[in-house]
Amino acid sequence: MALEVRIQKKLGSFRLNVAFTADAEWTGMLGASGCGKSMTLKCIAGVETPDEGFIRYNGRVLFDSEKRINLPPRQRRVGYLFQSYALFPHMTVLENIQVGMPKHTVNKTAAAKQAVERFFLQGLEDKRPGQLSGGQQQRAALARLIASQPEMILLDEPFSALDSHLKWRMERELTEALSSFAGTVLMVSHSRDEIYRICTKLCVFDAGTIDVAGSVHDVFQNPQTMQAALLTGCKNICRAEKTGDTTVRAIDWGLELTTASPIPPDMRYVGIRRHDVRLSPEAGGHANTVPVRLIYEVDNIFSYVATVSAAGATRGEDGHIECDLSKPSWQALRERPLFVRLPEEHLLLLR
Amino acid sequence: MDYSPLFISLKVALIATVFTIVFGVLAARFVVRLKRFQGLIDGIFTLPMILPPTVVGFVLLLIFGKNGWIGRMLSLLDVTVVFTWSAAVIASTVVSFPILYRTVRGAFEEVDTDLIHAARTLGLHEAEIFFRIILPNVVPSLIAGTILAFARALGEFGTTIMIAGNIPGRTQTMAVAVYTAVQAGNRELAFHWMIIICAISFSSMFLINLVNNRHRRKSVKRGVL
Repeated sequence: MALEVRIQKKLGSFRLNVAFTADAEWTGMLGASGCGKSMTLKCIAGVETPDEGFIRYNGRVLFDSEKRINLPPRQRRVGYLFQSYALFPHMTVLENIQVGMPKHTVNKTAAAKQAVERFFLQGLEDKRPGQLSGGQQQRAALARLIASQPEMILLDEPFSALDSHLKWRMERELTEALSSFAGTVLMVSHSRDEIYRICTKLCVFDAGTIDVAGSVHDVFQNPQTMQAALLTGCKNICRAEKTGDTTVRAIDWGLELTTASPIPPDMRYVGIRRHDVRLSPEAGGHANTVPVRLIYEVDNIFSYVATVSAAGATRGEDGHIECDLSKPSWQALRERPLFVRLPEEHLLLLR
Repeated sequence: MDYSPLFISLKVALIATVFTIVFGVLAARFVVRLKRFQGLIDGIFTLPMILPPTVVGFVLLLIFGKNGWIGRMLSLLDVTVVFTWSAAVIASTVVSFPILYRTVRGAFEEVDTDLIHAARTLGLHEAEIFFRIILPNVVPSLIAGTILAFARALGEFGTTIMIAGNIPGRTQTMAVAVYTAVQAGNRELAFHWMIIICAISFSSMFLINLVNNRHRRKSVKRGVL
């Protein structure tokens, strides 16, 4: 493993306690705000110091509380892209790029010119950060980061400061610009879509710890925990009780469900993604199918979201089941009796 | 009219301001980086601004007088401070120091920590970060603090008269000269000094605004504000 991290840090009542490894690949860090994602990155970069633990990268010890090793950030060779980009406001783009170049760089001007070209900053060399657009600022910050020749790259919410129509383009630009980078890249984000598109591995954070880690595909397929399901976009989650090897009582939904796979003993929730829920006008003889009534419908841009609830469900939002429907199929269901079906193979069994 | 108080005042205030800039910036950096006792140290550094100037002067007399611990060391080198113009410099420095210290400290605290963190991850040394990143970002506050400190040093009276005395041609500054003139019933002379002091004070305020406006215009042009 290229990067090994096991750190603890206390900040008031908040406790950060994370352990993970990452190869030379893109690893996403997903979590609600204030869950310790950024703090973890800052500890790796060395601008914050953990209380205990170690951080190793490619055999180099960056931090080890037992051996009393704590390399200063300037010796860690870790590039950090800040959410705010943190370009130096009193310096031009070119000066910003040059300031972080290794001291032994022979021809800084030539190297900076190269970075300018690589990140499409031609014509902006003498501008100051305040004169740049959000996208240009990000490119300048990336150019500066790459020019400092880091061995690892940390991206802290790289797209959150951009307008939504720019995000898509900058995402492409960023992944393309860093495609030749051979080291580990960690990307903090609260957008599951960004991480799904960009990263190969994923760590889900919850209240200062890593809840689930694995390949992005696996975690999205089978989130394992309630937090991970929530953060990967599962809208329907319900308290659950195991009643047999493959039967479960969904408490809030008021349903008895059967599952395709055996239920793990520590299961406490079941979930199902909105687009996996089926609605139909008749029972049809499938498992996990019950009559429901429509609570409300939301007209989305490209789909309808129908919120339904079974007869035995708890009142309020907890008892609701949301489903995504194409507009024509919703038109066909209108004003008819409704049956919801939660396909066995799509049920998420969560702890 | 003897203009020596004007020149003494300017000389004392200019030298005191130089000392104040150096000590004020160093003290601000020191306090900002403190992890403990920040409030206590800050209080001590601010004390000369809050105490009556005569009390500050008395404390300085205790330190720099014949029996004070610095005074005794200096007397071994055959140097006396008390009742010389260097005492006036010390008085002005001590009294104007908190003004600059507080202004610059506030500005240091306003510098975005992301900038400092970014500089660290980019491989800059702490000293480089201070001179290349932090200082350039506090220039407007540093200038404003400097001009205010200079004005304060120029108008220094209470502490100066305690430790430097009122020796015409040697330690008598403008502020002291006004007092002396009024005491002697020479209202015309006091009036002259008043006009000169007002002129200098007004021009320093004017200078502050000029610098601030120019900086703001530059920032607008650069798109910083």
